[in-house]
Amino acid sequence: MNHRAVWAIYKVEMARTLRTIMQSVISPVISTSLYFVVFGAAIGSRITEVNGVSYGAFIVPGLIMLTLLTQSISNASFGIYFPKFVGTIFELLSAPVSYLEVVVAYVGAAATKSIGIGLIILATASLFVDLNIEHPFWMLGFLVLTAVTFSLFGFIIGIWANGFEQLQLIPLLVVTPLTFLGGSFYSIDMLPGVWRTISLFNPVVYLVSGFRWAFFGHSDVAVEISLGITLAFLVLCIGVVGWIFKTGYRLRT
Amino acid sequence: MQSVISVSGVSKTYATGFSALKNINLDIRRGEIFALLGPNGAGKTTLISIICGIVNRSGGTVTVDGHDISSDYRAARSLIGLVPQELTVESFETVRSVMAFSRGLFGKPADPAFIEKVLKDLSLWEKRDSKIITLSGGMKRRVMIGKALSHEPKILFLDEPTAGVDVELRKDMWALVRTLRESGVTIILTTHYIEEAEEMADRVGVINKGEIILVEEKAELMRKLGRKLLKLELRNPLTAVPAGFETYNLELSPDGSRLTYTYDNQAERPGVASLIRDLDQAGIQFRDLDTENSSLEEIFVSLVRRQS
Repeated sequence: MNHRAVWAIYKVEMARTLRTIMQSVISPVISTSLYFVVFGAAIGSRITEVNGVSYGAFIVPGLIMLTLLTQSISNASFGIYFPKFVGTIFELLSAPVSYLEVVVAYVGAAATKSIGIGLIILATASLFVDLNIEHPFWMLGFLVLTAVTFSLFGFIIGIWANGFEQLQLIPLLVVTPLTFLGGSFYSIDMLPGVWRTISLFNPVVYLVSGFRWAFFGHSDVAVEISLGITLAFLVLCIGVVGWIFKTGYRLRT
Repeated sequence: MQSVISVSGVSKTYATGFSALKNINLDIRRGEIFALLGPNGAGKTTLISIICGIVNRSGGTVTVDGHDISSDYRAARSLIGLVPQELTVESFETVRSVMAFSRGLFGKPADPAFIEKVLKDLSLWEKRDSKIITLSGGMKRRVMIGKALSHEPKILFLDEPTAGVDVELRKDMWALVRTLRESGVTIILTTHYIEEAEEMADRVGVINKGEIILVEEKAELMRKLGRKLLKLELRNPLTAVPAGFETYNLELSPDGSRLTYTYDNQAERPGVASLIRDLDQAGIQFRDLDTENSSLEEIFVSLVRRQS
């Protein structure tokens, strides 16, 4: 194991976050605060309670998930796409590093960043509402699992993308709609029957639901199913990354 | 002499069907400076990229210091430093941090003293904390060389190292390459400047259309294929090479105004003096004379032309 290479990549990626601290950390915090103002204060004053939880507190897990998904994907996809774009990828390809080491370093750094941002949002949220986390261990577990899974997903997008438009395409056209329709701001039990059924095909529903369970002890779907679906997506991403490296897809001609 | 890189039967066909390399066999000797010459699109960069692990080969094997580049890629790649043709740099990082990164990537423990030495050798020490985006093109190229040297490679690939570099920097790089060779580093360079190969290389390989058409000691190549020409502008045109001069390798221009004598300037008796004496005795007068040395460039051009 070339642990020095993993550490070198990880450090550079983390340094990039610190250098661009405004974009990396402050902007998600500001946008989350805006969600709180709009959804929590304006709409929340009319909804008041969902399943015995104040609406302001109810949307916290969904908001964290929303940011966690978008941040994991954008961090990881940008991290691997940028060297491809400027050409510095040659060094990575010519270095004595294994595929596993490359993935651990890039995905690890992207996940670290998004977990950090997730925790910052949690701290920001606790300024607005009273939060009582019922299963802190599971909360952290879902946080880490989701961050890693979607960083892997972002890594795949970064390797696949042939331009900045493509880099934005999947997050904009797929991930953001799925997140908004995945029960971040509502319980899918609030939906009419057919929409509830359709929602169950949205994988984000399971992420948000499981995460919300960790906070409040109840959820739209059973927590075991949430965990299972998240793990299944993780395995799928690992499989795709494995295939990419085995074939050299868009990396080695 | 023991070879440090051994390429055998390597071919590369791209997905488009373009065959960039055809059955390449090449051995690079330990400690030499090897110049790979070839016109654009000949396959120089593809060959280097395969050895360094950036491009997958379609067939054949490559070993680096005995390590197969696929099954034992870690050992093979740790020995190699690569300076690619394109200036690709991390614009927003500092010189020192990219050097440290490259060293780490190749699995070497941090060694600020060594990095300092490399940066000083490349006249980059003053710029160690500058962001790369603020550097001039020549400095960026030196950063690329510094990155390649940061992990103390035993083999250095320089792909067009002096393209777009001013004369002074080019001289600096030649000096650096010589210093590296003295410290035991094997150097493989590709270049458009044949002058560079002539100046630097111990051996020369010529590649054209994906095939190695010649590998030869530079001195031997120049001796074997290098010729010297003596051109005599005659005062009075001739209709044929005069009788009695058959022993000289003489050629008369179509209009009869110029005699060209081709000779080997390394021979014991090149025959220039006796030719002039004999011409004088035969009453053939000339108003001007000129000599020409065939350069590596001419040799190269004629080789490539002969193939196509």
